[in-house]
Amino acid sequence: MAEMLKGGVIMDVVTPEQAKIAEDAGAVAVMALERVPADIRAQGGVARMSDPDLIDGIIDAVSIPVMAKARIGHFVEAQVLQSLGVDYIDESEVLTPADYTNHIDKFAFTVPFVCGATNLGEALRRITEGAAMIRSKGEAGTGDVSNATTHMRQIRAEIRKLSSLPEDELYVAAKELQAPYELVREVASRGKLPVVLFTAGGVATPPDAAMMMQLGAEGVFVGSGIFKSSNPGQRAEAIVKATTFHDDPDVLAKVSRGLGEAMVGINVENVAEPHRLAERGW
Amino acid sequence: MVAEPHIGVLALQGDVREHVVSLEECGARASPVRRAGELSTVDGIVIPGGESTTMSRLLEAFDLLEPLRRHLAEGMPAYGSCAGMILLAGKVLDGRPDQHQLGALDMIVRRNAFGRQVDSFEEDLDVTGVGGGPMHAVFIRAPWVESVEPAVEVLARVPETPAAGRAAGRIVAVRQGSVLATAFHSELTGDRRMHELFAGMVGAR
Repeated sequence: MAEMLKGGVIMDVVTPEQAKIAEDAGAVAVMALERVPADIRAQGGVARMSDPDLIDGIIDAVSIPVMAKARIGHFVEAQVLQSLGVDYIDESEVLTPADYTNHIDKFAFTVPFVCGATNLGEALRRITEGAAMIRSKGEAGTGDVSNATTHMRQIRAEIRKLSSLPEDELYVAAKELQAPYELVREVASRGKLPVVLFTAGGVATPPDAAMMMQLGAEGVFVGSGIFKSSNPGQRAEAIVKATTFHDDPDVLAKVSRGLGEAMVGINVENVAEPHRLAERGW
Repeated sequence: MVAEPHIGVLALQGDVREHVVSLEECGARASPVRRAGELSTVDGIVIPGGESTTMSRLLEAFDLLEPLRRHLAEGMPAYGSCAGMILLAGKVLDGRPDQHQLGALDMIVRRNAFGRQVDSFEEDLDVTGVGGGPMHAVFIRAPWVESVEPAVEVLARVPETPAAGRAAGRIVAVRQGSVLATAFHSELTGDRRMHELFAGMVGAR
């Protein structure tokens, strides 16, 4: 049921004012959180679900859907978010995982979930648990889009590979993907996931968003990239336009002008491995 | 009657692909429309489900708003589902103050009338002009029609059942001349009768 978000941009916001800027710019939804990933990364400590007051404030500020993050495996945070009336829950590696073995049983909820994935097997396991939307993970809070590119290409390449396999090889493919055979067969025959596939992690500029769309994303999450830049309103609007006109370089050139400084960012390769968020989740 | 009507799907944001597939399955030629020039090449236009505020913003930013209004005023057939219904209406309640209306339907809609995502709702509806039994209708953060002018024909209302709650009796499908709108997502259920109706309207022009 996440089809209505397709072709759209979902923006991280930490205050009702930022949520309004995002809505003004044409965001299809906002992600309500206390700290954007870049700050979580800089400040360290355990990152948890946001304060319900903050989420309520953002729900009241905008008329577009509001998402909020729960820790991986923290089904009670998810219960709380559902009771607050959020429109989607992101079971997110950006927060500190609460369970290093199990993800949330998302079928136990009426609110839809979005989950991150770095490859097809991970995406299919999340769908099996009930995710209604998958996003490539990227490396959140870096402003470095390279991991999002890797994950997007990986997922799409694995889908293409499945589609090329003869029927009798799908059983072993399911074993290797560690995903149910029926789901693997469905992906092989349709050539796409049964849920929408968005991208996330490191998107900071209009061409970043457009590249992810050209690589096959159906929409874009922008975390720190907007409100860590020098001119958030204008950058947000430019990324919305770039997502719709992702295949039109003239539009991309036009919207990229005069945006001011992008977020400074850090190169993923300079992030020590234990601090890489994309490796959380399994 | 044109053998194969060419129908555009407004492709600024939303479930464009589902509408394209639905139209093609009805024997129409369908293509995405994002520019004023593309609008001039189609015989009818579908405005998909999505976020009406986002589409409104992009219509303005890419100079599509006035061309679309002009084509609609000149009688181009249009079908809007959910967000598309909101955009086609003359007036919206609970929208953003700067939200643009295409004004092709003389009615008032209430945005997000059914509530939030978790209040998404499914119901079987009898739709006037659609034969073959009730349609299964999916409402996601859907609008309903608050009131219509006499020129607008009401095609469907939510049945008056206890489960419908506040939505009971609300208008959810309308037609005014060559403009059709549903609060529900006919493009998601695999039932092509709404698109057949619209393709017929476009072909008959």
